Amino acid sequence: MQIRVNAIGCVGHGLCAELLPEWIRLDQWGYPIINDDAVPAGLEAHARRAARDCPTLALRLERG
Amino acid sequence: MSIAATAGGLPRLLRGLSFGDPAELDSHLEAYGPLPTPRELGSRALVTLVERSGLCGRGGAAFPTATKMRAVRAARGRPIVVANGCESEPLSAKDELLLRELPHLVLDGAALAARAVGADEVIVAFEESNSTARHSLERALAERRAARSDGARVELFVADQRFLSGQETALVSQINGGPAKPTFSPPRPTDRGVRRRPTLINNVETLAQLALIARHGAEWFRELGTEDEPGSRLVTVAGAVNAPGVYEIESATSLRMLLRAAGGTSAELGGLLVGGYFGAWLPAATVGQLDLSRASLARHGAALGCGALVALPESACPVAEAVRIAIYLATETAGQCGPCVHGTAAIARTLHGIAEGRAPSTAFADLERWTAELPGRGACHHPSGLVRFVSTALRTFADQFDEHARRGPCRRCDGDPVLHFPSSALALA
Repeated sequence: MQIRVNAIGCVGHGLCAELLPEWIRLDQWGYPIINDDAVPAGLEAHARRAARDCPTLALRLERG
Repeated sequence: MSIAATAGGLPRLLRGLSFGDPAELDSHLEAYGPLPTPRELGSRALVTLVERSGLCGRGGAAFPTATKMRAVRAARGRPIVVANGCESEPLSAKDELLLRELPHLVLDGAALAARAVGADEVIVAFEESNSTARHSLERALAERRAARSDGARVELFVADQRFLSGQETALVSQINGGPAKPTFSPPRPTDRGVRRRPTLINNVETLAQLALIARHGAEWFRELGTEDEPGSRLVTVAGAVNAPGVYEIESATSLRMLLRAAGGTSAELGGLLVGGYFGAWLPAATVGQLDLSRASLARHGAALGCGALVALPESACPVAEAVRIAIYLATETAGQCGPCVHGTAAIARTLHGIAEGRAPSTAFADLERWTAELPGRGACHHPSGLVRFVSTALRTFADQFDEHARRGPCRRCDGDPVLHFPSSALALA
């Protein structure tokens, strides 16, 4: 699984970086910088939660 | 601007320029010969032919044309073809030349693209500022209607004149009545584009190449260029050369050949910009060794893109030039993606501070961080393109940037600008 962000939809709430700090950090303006490697199995549940809880539904999980 | 041929099987695309007025159907047919009929070259055979030719897109992304055609054919719904002549890159003039001088070659290619994917409608898009294209295309279309030469219906579309208006999803958005801004993909235009139909978008040079491949075959196309990069291509050369203009060259030829085609350099060079404003700066010393092949350019972090090249004279200040264009690019963001809006503005502002000699001590470290973080973080390639332009400028002209940071503007900073952009753009500089 890979995580992608719809950068048009994202307004920088930053929730994803709180829910998945191992894979997502924020730049100085609060927008996510996402590790584009495949998410390890142990983090997949957290990735799904981050995608579900994004206020603008801007995170996409893609099968890698 | 002059137009000329170079050696060996060339010109191909530009051959018509020496046949009276190739914007007229008779001269066009005399120069290039007739198109194979659908019976002689059917839809499947045409796609196979394009695949064997190895034709890649000439708008900048160099995507394999046959792959795109197959994606459109596999999608659900009646396909539509868009001939993309929105040459929003200010350094490029080849598409404008094709639409103005060789509209029939582009329309031949568009008709073939429609045949390849089973489209009954073609939209030819060009920028508002390109009024000669409209005139030339309308005349050509009237002739073709009278001769009943096209199966598909052809419409013209006038696009906004913005740096991003030729970007595929931005063009689809405009044609659909929306703003000239990229959209998030998926869905890709090949699946759902104009009027939500599968849409094949090809650059007008790609279509002109297709018009020749259909006539002469894949082997003929491959007689020029290399295995990986076959055929000829159009380039636009500007700056310190004796004859700036549009030239047709062999793919993957040497930079030296290209400069020779443009009459040779007219001054000592300070550097080269390869690939337009999304392109890379290279030191003048590379001129002797550089091939314009993908592999060779990639070693320098460069790519030919839409084929625009500028020879920057030693007399111009590279810092002033690069900073002015970085500001222009930052103002041309579509303003949709946070990282692009903030990142490109911060980069441009900091570069401007360096050029003026009033940048904070963290300026270079900030630039290094932003240029590392920004690529790939927008819905389109705008942030990645700007970063390539800026980071290669910082690397190629490192000493000059350092000197400006310490001492402010140099005596070359006030010279006439070499790099231009449309005066309509809202530039801060």
